[in-house]
Amino acid sequence: MPREYKTIKEVFGPLMLISNVKDVKYDELAEIELENGKCCRCKVLEIDDGNALVQLFENFAGINVQTSKVRFLGKSMHLGVSKEMLGRRFSGLGAPIDGGPNILPQQRIDINGVPINPVARNYPEEFIQTGISAIDGLNTLVRGQKLPIFSASGLPHAALAAQIAKQAKVRNSNEQFAVVFAAIGITFEEANFFVKSFEETGAISSTIMFVNLANDPVIERIATPRVAITAAEYLAFEENMHVLVILTDITNYADALREVSAARKEVPGRRGYPGYMYTDLASLYERAGRQKNKQGSLTMIPILTMPEEDKTHPVPDLTGYITEGQIVLSRELYQKGIVPCIDVLPSLSRLKDKGIGAGKTRADHSDTMNQIFSAYARGKHAKQLMMVLGESALDETDTLYVRFTNEFESRYISQDSTTNRSVEETLDIGWEILSILPRSELTRISDEFLDRFYKTKKE
Amino acid sequence: MFDIVRIGEKKIIGEIIEIHDELAFIQAYEETSGLGPGAIVESTGVPLSIELGPGLIGEIFDGIGRPLNTIMKKVGNNLEKGVDAVSLNRKKKWTFSPNVQISDIVSSGDVLGYVKETSSVIHKIMVPNGVSGTITEVKEGEFFVDETVIVLKDRSDNKIDIKIMHRWPVRVGRPFKEKLSPNTPMITGQRTIDTLFPIARGGVAAVPGPFGSGKTVVQHQLAKWVEADIVVYIGCGERGNEMTDVLNEFPSIVDPKTGKSLMERTVLIANTSDMPVAAREASIYTGITIAEYFRDMGYSVALMADSTSRWAEALREISGRLEEMPGEEGYPAYLGSRLSSFYERAGIVKIIGREDFSKIENRTGILTVIGAVSPPGGDISEPVSQATLRIVRVFWCLDSTLAYRRHFPALNWLASYSLYVDEFAYWYETNISSDWPILRNQMLELLVEEAKLEEIVKLVGVDALSGQDRIKLETAKSIREDFLHQNAFHKIDTFTSLKKQYFMMKLILEFYDNALLALKKGAEISKIISIGVRESISRFKYVRENAIDAVYNEVSRNIDHALSATFNEENQTYA
Repeated sequence: MPREYKTIKEVFGPLMLISNVKDVKYDELAEIELENGKCCRCKVLEIDDGNALVQLFENFAGINVQTSKVRFLGKSMHLGVSKEMLGRRFSGLGAPIDGGPNILPQQRIDINGVPINPVARNYPEEFIQTGISAIDGLNTLVRGQKLPIFSASGLPHAALAAQIAKQAKVRNSNEQFAVVFAAIGITFEEANFFVKSFEETGAISSTIMFVNLANDPVIERIATPRVAITAAEYLAFEENMHVLVILTDITNYADALREVSAARKEVPGRRGYPGYMYTDLASLYERAGRQKNKQGSLTMIPILTMPEEDKTHPVPDLTGYITEGQIVLSRELYQKGIVPCIDVLPSLSRLKDKGIGAGKTRADHSDTMNQIFSAYARGKHAKQLMMVLGESALDETDTLYVRFTNEFESRYISQDSTTNRSVEETLDIGWEILSILPRSELTRISDEFLDRFYKTKKE
Repeated sequence: MFDIVRIGEKKIIGEIIEIHDELAFIQAYEETSGLGPGAIVESTGVPLSIELGPGLIGEIFDGIGRPLNTIMKKVGNNLEKGVDAVSLNRKKKWTFSPNVQISDIVSSGDVLGYVKETSSVIHKIMVPNGVSGTITEVKEGEFFVDETVIVLKDRSDNKIDIKIMHRWPVRVGRPFKEKLSPNTPMITGQRTIDTLFPIARGGVAAVPGPFGSGKTVVQHQLAKWVEADIVVYIGCGERGNEMTDVLNEFPSIVDPKTGKSLMERTVLIANTSDMPVAAREASIYTGITIAEYFRDMGYSVALMADSTSRWAEALREISGRLEEMPGEEGYPAYLGSRLSSFYERAGIVKIIGREDFSKIENRTGILTVIGAVSPPGGDISEPVSQATLRIVRVFWCLDSTLAYRRHFPALNWLASYSLYVDEFAYWYETNISSDWPILRNQMLELLVEEAKLEEIVKLVGVDALSGQDRIKLETAKSIREDFLHQNAFHKIDTFTSLKKQYFMMKLILEFYDNALLALKKGAEISKIISIGVRESISRFKYVRENAIDAVYNEVSRNIDHALSATFNEENQTYA
């Protein structure tokens, strides 16, 4: 029977100080019993002599310094996992909230995870076809990658993430696929959009949802992504499934982290976020991947909203340094009515080079990708010139580049949120619009592919 | 102070970093959850050190020198706490062939014998620091790393056993005789670097860049192609998959110098971003100690650290926990001095010790350091970048706008610099061609000129420019796209010899000179810039190294013909 303490000394913000404790360990989980018999959980942050500083995970209303009791549980926070969780909905801490029965856990796993030995990783190189040209063609996603979506308020990132979850598949394979979805401080409507979209496609039966809504306790958000990833790791590395984890919205997670840090009076880093935020985010993102001797994989799509669309804000900035690329949404394209509004120039998939080419997609993929990028960049530059100086200032080649850019945006990037293009279709569209340019401009494509695919204009 | 301790039941590894009266502050190198007051702390009595000996090459270590392969065999795919693993394989026998005889008098650093570690590296076994005496016993044959191979008798007749391996504390630089100033360029096969911003053998360079600017690809390219006997690559706080990529790729890359796998001359240190922060702080020192050890054998060693910003952040995190007074942006006040004392361990040095005992030798060892910096938001006004800039002499500034245009390597030619350029001018003149420095400067001038002209074009359009300026713009574009742009993933383009770089420069500038000439003689500008031979200039980078002479001559001739045709035609019409 664990010892109970009634020695709560202080409660401030999400933190609580308990005095005269014994045998308490760092990072240990504790439980606070309120007068009405309700329990809420917390974890140990600091131990100084006989004083323990704990961080609450749940709503702390109702804690009475005199009467509330604290029990230390002697272990860190664990999540009971099982395959039964598929198709179910849980709270941000992993308790069922869909009215169904409790889960009979196969295993209890520490939600903090254990770092993966870099030697034990398998390099992600299996092409995932998302059916979205801007991703498949130019910023290819592979199994085991962590590829965030950098969005901003008012942009349709939810629709994009749902479309990816719906259409993503590895070609010529019929392996078990699951989605783990973590809602971190998002609105009911947004969460509901995902539920609806999973229900429509029937994907709901292979989805686990962890939901912390905007009005749920902020502190719970620190645990939510960890709980979700722990469930995903179990499915991927114990049950050999291919798991796609969607975390939305990481900015809310970072804000919760900042709240705890501020309450602890830590020295703040940039914009008040704690100095250890890089390490903390890495401990989430790096859990994605593929491992040796394991069949499954864990692919992660965190979504974050950039405050003021500022890519140098600490959250997108640190995320970009850890993840393997980013998909950036653009308001300009959104206003033009282009769906999905992916701005391909600042977007990047670092793992694309190993996932494309002969045998994976098509041999000409890499060359055309580079050519499209550089042509689009040049075309946008020419368009800017045109705005200042008028159309007549452009020479013949630049006029062609402008045409290329317009066609590229309206035919290549733009597609319906229900259109599912195969990668061949994407590549063919690419060649069609590249053929607007004269062959001599296509210096990044080798002659072999030009001979095969370049379509000469009919005079 | 600085002793290694083991904490608690799991025997977590830690290091004493501060002592106040009877209180010691310990930096734990592993995750500390589950520890509490009352846990037992045992001191091992030795500072954080690394084992040096055969078996380092081709291995991947964590930040405190534990081999990750062994850890994986012991505890599986995840890094559990408190795993005990020695750096060097104790069960492998090495063939030791001595370089000394009984009654030779030896002192620190002298080469006692050789072990062929891999097909490309001969490991020299040296007298440990602070030891000297007369040899009384020499063994030959197969030994484990912890077996005695040489026995010495020192002045006071004490017997000293010398084993194949020895230990060295990582925070202390290994001694040398004298530092020399670097005077030759280190060839990397990367055109932007070799031609425009060369680095010295024994120099230090920094590569700052925002994320997505191809910093890691540049580092990988350098590790692959750099002219060095040994490469030490430190993945410090970076992505796990990047280390996996190195592990997968290096063994299959053929080292152009030895014809063997690249892994046979590479040592890897990995502290990925999810591994404990405190060990990240140590990883840089572990890496450079190994690098210095090979330098002391007389080798040229290149060390890449990706990224020093993560190391500085680890320093900040530890400093914050110690409640030290923060300096700029929360970094500790000693950030600059720690960084400079790390970079200062690079250089060309006269090494102590002799290899050939019959003569007086001047042996040198080279340690070149290339550090990546990851400035938040790509803004290099932050403390880590600024502290680094004060130390390094070569600065390769990566630019995200270039990366968006998929211009790789995304080195900004206007912001990058190398302070070695003038010192190396003579070397390039004598080793490649007497007009190398002139061509190089001409190229850079054209690029600077282009930036100015672009401004004008933005205001008034390209048609308003004079013919001369149009040619300048076209040539600068050709420099950017045909010379500076280099595809790391293309079989041939990934490495360019200096001779080929020279030919490429030459072709581009031949076009420039001849075009100006043609213009003077009355050729039409549109004809000049649309001549077909320009396509062969841009394809020259894909020409195989063994064919460059022939192709160069042909292209050069064609440029001449095509351009003279432009004004001859003109004359005919008027005639």
